[in-house]
Amino acid sequence: MVSNVSRSMRLVLPGALAFLVQICHAQSPADFQHWRLPASVPHPADNQPSPERTELGKMLFFDTRLSGNGSLSCYSCHMPELGWSDGKAVSIGMNGKPMARNSPTLINGAYNTGPTMWGGQKKSLEDQVSGPVGNPDIMATDIPKLLKTLNETPGYKARFDKAYPGEAIDMSTVAKALANFERTIISRDSKFDQWLDSKAMTAQQLRGLTVFTGKATCSVCHMPPFFTDNGFHNIGMASKDSGRHKVKPLPALQGAFKTPQLRDTAYKAPYMHDGSLKTLMDVVEHYNKGGDTPGVGTVSPLIKPLNLSQTEKEDLVAFLHALSGPLQKMSAPTLP
Amino acid sequence: LDFKVFAMASSFSASFKSALLVALCLAANAMAAEHPVSQKNLEFSIKKLSIKVGDSVIFSNQDSVVHNVYSLSNTQTFDLGAILKGKSKSVTFDKAGTVEVECAVHPQMKVTIEVKK
Repeated sequence: MVSNVSRSMRLVLPGALAFLVQICHAQSPADFQHWRLPASVPHPADNQPSPERTELGKMLFFDTRLSGNGSLSCYSCHMPELGWSDGKAVSIGMNGKPMARNSPTLINGAYNTGPTMWGGQKKSLEDQVSGPVGNPDIMATDIPKLLKTLNETPGYKARFDKAYPGEAIDMSTVAKALANFERTIISRDSKFDQWLDSKAMTAQQLRGLTVFTGKATCSVCHMPPFFTDNGFHNIGMASKDSGRHKVKPLPALQGAFKTPQLRDTAYKAPYMHDGSLKTLMDVVEHYNKGGDTPGVGTVSPLIKPLNLSQTEKEDLVAFLHALSGPLQKMSAPTLP
Repeated sequence: LDFKVFAMASSFSASFKSALLVALCLAANAMAAEHPVSQKNLEFSIKKLSIKVGDSVIFSNQDSVVHNVYSLSNTQTFDLGAILKGKSKSVTFDKAGTVEVECAVHPQMKVTIEVKK
């Protein structure tokens, strides 16, 4: 009898242990509540949100009169249906000229702390507006002409007066209205966000979360709750673009670019500052091999071969898809 | 004999001066303080720090991500390079004035160090 019990134990024990290990590694929403996007969206003191400001910003966002020859608007490179990017490796500027970098998504930009854009060349969403607008290769805006148009268009004049009473229609209020609209571009309803409310992710997505926070160490830089550390890292891209180093000439910043946030990332392919990686699996493969020899600078010590199995890579991609909520669509407003 | 006495006295005097210099240096070092500043959750543990000329600040990284402490201030420039998780690096401040210190990787991380005489 003792022998039978012992034999049974020998048969059952490995399975029980495996089950226990599985339980111990199971991810629980309770442990991830600090990954939840904060409920309130931060706004600067001099540009608090209002429906009038958002409406005005949306009009300006879609208005091609903001570009020098009337062919481009903010929407041209930041399309809601393409993850608020443009689906191209690098954006196409004025007269069909390719830009140096991939169009960054606008999603959850409201939560950004620190400098914005791939190289951190702008201080805030308001400050960022002057980037493409003032660049002769991107929107090549004729600013005096634009301000004259806005001041002389009754529909715009009335809306500016209502949104920013007592303030002139100038590039400051144009930038504030655009930034106000951009702060409404929020993603907080992905499968992952729903899982935080105890709704289901698939078994594969959950395994992907384990890889994301564990073996692949993605969450070291794509950290909660914004899936970014708002930092600048050289991740071993072959591009010769010196990135953040153009703004801050420090050795560590050669070839360093801002960590992008990851909510709705499935919609914004291609990836990286140069748009050289077409799919999320390409991105995972890039990190799995420890990056490429960087075109400039030294790769961050955080980037090293991960030795992920094919299943782990697929699980990780499944989790990245779980970070995407319903596709955002938006019809262009009627312009004054 | 007089020459030997003079030489011995002279040698003793030189040795004494050297010893005195070493003692003074040791005393100065003993007086210099070390100030620990940690980096955790993408923040320095303090926003402002007041130290004296000759003091050192030891920057430790308690995050998983890499930090890189530097300053391009007029008072003193330095770049400590990458500081990995669990590691620390120190810098000695040898001029009086205000030194704005940042993390190169995470520009939102700042600490102001007042170096006093």
